[in-house]
Amino acid sequence: MTAAIELVDLRKSFGSTEIIRGVNLEVGEGERHAVIGPNGAGKSTLYNLITAKYVPTAGRIRLRGQDITARKPYEINRMGLSRSFQVTNIFPRMSVFENVRCGALWAMNYRYSFWQDVDRLDDVNERSLQILNDIGMVPRADVPAGVLSYAEQRALEIGITIAGGANVVLLDEPTAGMNRSETDQTVELVRRITENKTLIMVEHDMSVVFGLADRISVLVYGEIIASGPPDEIRGNPAVREAYLGAEAD
Amino acid sequence: MSAIAPTSPRTGGTFLRRNAIWWVALLFVLLLPQVARSGTSIAVLNQMCIMVIFSLSYNMLLGQGGMLSFGHAVYFGLGGYFTIHLMKMASGGFFMPLPLVPLAGGLAGLLFGLLFGSFSTNRAGTVFAMISLGIGEMIAASSLIFVKFSGGEEGITADRTDLTSLFGIRFRSEVDVYYLIAAWMVLSAWLMYRFSRTPVGRMANAVRDNPERAEFVGYSQKHVRLLSFMGAGFFAGIAGGLFAVNYEIVTEETVNLVSSGTVLLQSYIGGVGFFAGPIVGAIVYTLLQTLLSNYTEIWAFYVGLIFVATVMYAPTGLTGIIMMHLPIYRAGKLRSLALPYLRIGVPALCCTIGVIGLLELLHFLSVRAVGQSTKRLFWLTLNVEQPFAWIIFSVLAVGGFLVARRVAPSVLAAWEAASLHAFGGRAR
Ligand SMILES: Nc1ncnc2c1ncn2[C@@H]1O[C@H](COP(=O)(O)OP(=O)(O)OP(=O)(O)O)[C@@H](O)[C@H]1O
Ligand SMILES: [Mg+2]
Repeated sequence: MTAAIELVDLRKSFGSTEIIRGVNLEVGEGERHAVIGPNGAGKSTLYNLITAKYVPTAGRIRLRGQDITARKPYEINRMGLSRSFQVTNIFPRMSVFENVRCGALWAMNYRYSFWQDVDRLDDVNERSLQILNDIGMVPRADVPAGVLSYAEQRALEIGITIAGGANVVLLDEPTAGMNRSETDQTVELVRRITENKTLIMVEHDMSVVFGLADRISVLVYGEIIASGPPDEIRGNPAVREAYLGAEAD
Repeated sequence: MSAIAPTSPRTGGTFLRRNAIWWVALLFVLLLPQVARSGTSIAVLNQMCIMVIFSLSYNMLLGQGGMLSFGHAVYFGLGGYFTIHLMKMASGGFFMPLPLVPLAGGLAGLLFGLLFGSFSTNRAGTVFAMISLGIGEMIAASSLIFVKFSGGEEGITADRTDLTSLFGIRFRSEVDVYYLIAAWMVLSAWLMYRFSRTPVGRMANAVRDNPERAEFVGYSQKHVRLLSFMGAGFFAGIAGGLFAVNYEIVTEETVNLVSSGTVLLQSYIGGVGFFAGPIVGAIVYTLLQTLLSNYTEIWAFYVGLIFVATVMYAPTGLTGIIMMHLPIYRAGKLRSLALPYLRIGVPALCCTIGVIGLLELLHFLSVRAVGQSTKRLFWLTLNVEQPFAWIIFSVLAVGGFLVARRVAPSVLAAWEAASLHAFGGRAR
């Protein structure tokens, strides 16, 4: 079986500092994989490499066996990989509904159509409404995204990411800044929408990580120091020392 | 991006109902000549309609796509040249009805849009603006270099009545031409509005707002921009074609940077954040140009002043100002603004009169004949060699400005109170 995502000796330097220092990682098809690690470990940078926001200094990235190392972000998205951003990245002057719809248009095959009326694309509109419902934003559908509260923008960020129904979803700290009940809702949502899909998630909230992940990788200073099922990671002394510390006790 | 039509996804209804506003618009422009009969008013209307198409096409770039172009007249002017050449060729005898010739301009605009867009739409922002300026300068210079094509300073002329008549119409009169231009205007505006409501049109807004994120949902920012750019080129070309039909002459003036500046100016004054903004802008600009120029030689200076004032005090343009008052009007609260607006309106008017007075006197000083010392202004005869008029206008200008600035916060507060009321305290 080919892995959904495979990273081979991936490296990235900014100037003379190497931030990602030879990462090897395989995430299986249908797996929910969490990447944890201290601040500045390089988790977001890893995402930026996978999604071609940055070009790696060395190494390969494969999506379902296909090499995507030198591709463009939009090409990778079209191959069924979608990501969210740690710092909210939305379309501020468009309505909440339209933000989500933008996430669905290409994936639902409307591509560069300049002859179809978006208001009549029933499948896209129904799907967007469904997503709005999932992220609890239906009452805010017509509000410009730029005026949403922080927590609402976080929810919308996830909505845009999942709207296209991508097979491989990368979430970067999806619950950051959310309160307990919002976090629980988001975890449920992520669990539901990634049913039979591949999920990679960066998360600092350990209850979320251990509740959701099938496997966990620990990234410290640009290197994966451990990778395995939650129980194994919990018991790994090196991980406890480097990262988990008191949190796991 | 607000538009004149509701954006909610659940707007069903029949074709007729959905497009009601467009049928009304069509009816309106077709009936206009019944009201404005005189030759000059028809001429003004023709110019206005051409400018409406041109500005709307410009806003496909600026308002919808976030591309600030300083060279959009390239597509307008080239559209004009290609159309006038077609008209010349067609007067040789082959079948080519006049109403169709603007399509040649549109096609030229589209192809040059593809050509120049292919290397200028990678990024928006400063790089795009600079390249557009460069191309504008290049094409304007070319129009004086390639004399065979452009006719040099004299331009290219043609006679529209030489073309094949359609149902016996030869387009001899201005009114006939008006109907042709007006029909093209409504059709073009409708098509551009439809474009803004297609997947590419929506993604144009998305790329404007956040090009990076657009790429992560599957769209190449370049391709989205390029498609808008080509569309904008096409409709600018149509407008240029109609210019050729209307004036029967195309010169370097259609393609130069002044023309590019004009379309930016009028779109911005109208309001680039709204689909209808450039329409308002083109109408107001054409009126200013034609009416103001009857009264003053420095009308272009005033237009510049209005532009600067818009950028500084009303960046959402005239349409934005109207839209700011729509909910207040609907809530029946407009009356509560009458007094505050009077409070700021009077000093603002004084300031305006003062500024106009000073400018006109200065202008008169620089152009007057020897020994001429009086100028008629505001129904008064003023002596520029006496300090009286200068002092009065200076006091009006400075005093009006200071008072207006003083009361501005309270007027703003009144507006905020009224609009808060209009929204029923609904949190935004
Ligand atoms: N574009 C860049 N240029 C230079 N340095 C960068 C760049 N992006 C990231 N870095 C550096 O790389 C390191 C890793 O950053 P990254 O954002 O990947 O960490 P992270 O693991 O996501 O941390 P956090 O948990 O705080 O989100 C940091 O030291 C950061 O300063
Ligand atoms: Mg991060």
